[in-house]
Amino acid sequence: MSFFNQPFTQKGFLRLPWQSKSFANGIHPEDHKELTERKPIRRMPFSNKIIVPLSQSIGAPAKPIVSKGQDVVRGEPIAEAGGFVSAPVHAPVTGTVAAVDELVSMPNGSKTPAILIDTWPSSDQTVRYLQPRDTSVMSADDLVKAVQDAGVVGLGGAAFPTHVKMKAPKGKTIKTLVANGCECEPYLTCDHRTMLEYTDNLLRGLQLAMVTSGAKKAIIGIEDNKMDAVEKIRQSIVARQLTNITCEAVPTCYPQGAEKMLLKSLLGLEVPAGGIPADIGCAVFNVGTLAQIGELVPQGRGLIERIVTVSGPGVSKPGNYIISLGTPLPFVLEQTGAIDNPGMIILGGPMMGMSIATRDIATTKGITGILVFTPEQLPNSHEPEMPCIGCRACVEACPMLLNPSMLGKLADVNRHQEMMDKFHLMNCFECGCCSNSCPANIPLTQKIRVAKQSIRQKARSAG
Amino acid sequence: MIKQTPLTIRTSPHLKKGLTVPQIMRNVVYALLPVCAWAVWQFGISALAMIIVTTLSCMATEQLFTAISGKKSTLSDYSVVITGILLALTLPPGFPLWMAAVAGFVAVALGKMLFGGLGQNPFNPALVGRAFVQSITTWTPGFLPERFASFIPSSLALPFMSPADSSDWIAGQVDAYSSATPLSLFKFEQVTTSTQDLLLGMVSGSAGETSALLVLLCGGFLIARGIMSWKIPCAVILGALLTATPFWLMNADVYPTPLFVIFSGGLMLAAMFMATDMVGTPLTPAGIWIYGLFIGFLTVIIRLFGGLPEGAMYAVLVANALAPLIDSVTQPRAFGTRLKQQSGEEA
Repeated sequence: MSFFNQPFTQKGFLRLPWQSKSFANGIHPEDHKELTERKPIRRMPFSNKIIVPLSQSIGAPAKPIVSKGQDVVRGEPIAEAGGFVSAPVHAPVTGTVAAVDELVSMPNGSKTPAILIDTWPSSDQTVRYLQPRDTSVMSADDLVKAVQDAGVVGLGGAAFPTHVKMKAPKGKTIKTLVANGCECEPYLTCDHRTMLEYTDNLLRGLQLAMVTSGAKKAIIGIEDNKMDAVEKIRQSIVARQLTNITCEAVPTCYPQGAEKMLLKSLLGLEVPAGGIPADIGCAVFNVGTLAQIGELVPQGRGLIERIVTVSGPGVSKPGNYIISLGTPLPFVLEQTGAIDNPGMIILGGPMMGMSIATRDIATTKGITGILVFTPEQLPNSHEPEMPCIGCRACVEACPMLLNPSMLGKLADVNRHQEMMDKFHLMNCFECGCCSNSCPANIPLTQKIRVAKQSIRQKARSAG
Repeated sequence: MIKQTPLTIRTSPHLKKGLTVPQIMRNVVYALLPVCAWAVWQFGISALAMIIVTTLSCMATEQLFTAISGKKSTLSDYSVVITGILLALTLPPGFPLWMAAVAGFVAVALGKMLFGGLGQNPFNPALVGRAFVQSITTWTPGFLPERFASFIPSSLALPFMSPADSSDWIAGQVDAYSSATPLSLFKFEQVTTSTQDLLLGMVSGSAGETSALLVLLCGGFLIARGIMSWKIPCAVILGALLTATPFWLMNADVYPTPLFVIFSGGLMLAAMFMATDMVGTPLTPAGIWIYGLFIGFLTVIIRLFGGLPEGAMYAVLVANALAPLIDSVTQPRAFGTRLKQQSGEEA
């Protein structure tokens, strides 16, 4: 009901504290998931040119180990990890390396080194580069090594190398693993479909992560707008008699999928400001990541494809597709029936994803969604920015309990130090709730982002 | 290579909620229209003329100031229309129209534009205008038989003219003439008005203050539409109840019942439409409760112990002035900064 779906009548308006556990505040954007949530995952054909960027995760870029003219088979490593916080890259197709050069753009527009592979048209593209192993006899260290060798990074969008999180940091113990199946961003449904269609892989991956981290129990947290996934996983847990894994529904609310929010909802614990989940004995993994671990590690192969939601009003065939990493974006757009002149293309979700300036990019491990909008249906309104009227919509939306209105006003006069000292600037994780709810159309998130940058820069030049 | 149109780039979030400031303000105007209609029904064309005069005066003032400073006209954000209507609703019909126009000018010029326009004014502009002319109010009884046929003579009094005595005109139309409001009746003569009459607005008073029930319903409309938070009206009414009840329990002969307190005078209008004016309110979750409770408390204290029968207006102005202070002492605890941080043991 759009009439009553306005800021103050949202979550928390009539929901009493004991009715359901969740974090404070948050927003309810229209989720548009109906476009793709019932569409089974389908494989997208292989493009005849695959451009694999070497920098696909946070951390050092991978180092190429193939050269021009060399033939590669699907699944073979083509670049090795550039350091501990880094992940290797594998050949997504069988073909010939045509170039190793700065070929494609990062989503932010800068050029990045990549490996260009000409796909063999006659190849059936079966993965033959496999090293099957029995995970039940492997040590925790071997499993972590196997995850790194598979090149697995967080598939929820942040692309943090997963193996780094799979062992408890020094001096800390991991007691609880949390599988993040919230997928609170509008439009995105790839995790939803993964949970429904790859339930076994997900549970296997979760068990492996429990072995490496030493966690005694695990919780799978899913927003309650995906009850079919909750039911499916609960049945699987019962069928496999996994007594230390539970699956819990959490209230549908953005940003429920932020790990700090999810931990608050599931365990009632707050990650200390500036801390990580390990500080409260937890580790959080995206369900898509776990499903990949559950599939790749026993087979002994690398991460060469991922499930991407392609959606939005600008595509005629929205859906969840298995897309080979390195598939050029124009090919994806063509396959999904995107319009010729889109107004905006967003990588990721509309709340935290980025709109891109060029189509000259290739899919990477961190791309959860590709959303295409027509020029007429751009999701952001063109209303002019107005003065802040102190309506408190942003304060009532901020999940980190900050005061975005005050932060915005201080940012306007460059009082960045005061923003940090008095108003917890660095706690903001840029979820966008404040900008979304602001009726005066003030780009609060952006102002806060700029302030954070300037603080970091100052710290860097001082140190 | 196909020629490609440039893609739009924006910073996240890319989704926006539909609600904008002009929409919020427009909805407040809609919510005030039934209150205006009731005022006109009760007080006749004098009330209608008053609403029109103050609204036009406020709009003209804002237009004048934006024109002088060379800015774009800000009339389209509707906020000044609210100021005009609210000002009219707090003034008694029969108030000289030229003075209403001056009040409108003062409200917008002094209460809003001198501070920098929308979003900058620390005080509710309508109340600034009302406070400016407070000392010269004459109350008007409702439901006069001739109210649609002719103006109350004092309405049309001109500056520097000895005003026509409206009491003769009024006395000519009502037998048992009394123009005192329920509050002044109570304060000065210890006469209480029935709660039902107060709820339905069958009493004399300022144009928009009389029907507490109607004001409540109109405020409820805004709350249901999500334009306004329920917290401030609740806090104001709660504050008034909590303050009035102990006095009433101590001595029911001298002090009014809590229900009389919340339904009489401008308290309901202040709670729904004045205290909730977003600009002058604190921002923090705890702050708005303190702010609302304080308005309710101060209103009752002024009514019971001050020299005026009515206190809601001053209570809101004082609370507006305190808002920045309330804000600074009620900054919320940021997520993850609990004093006693839990250890991993509980996980």
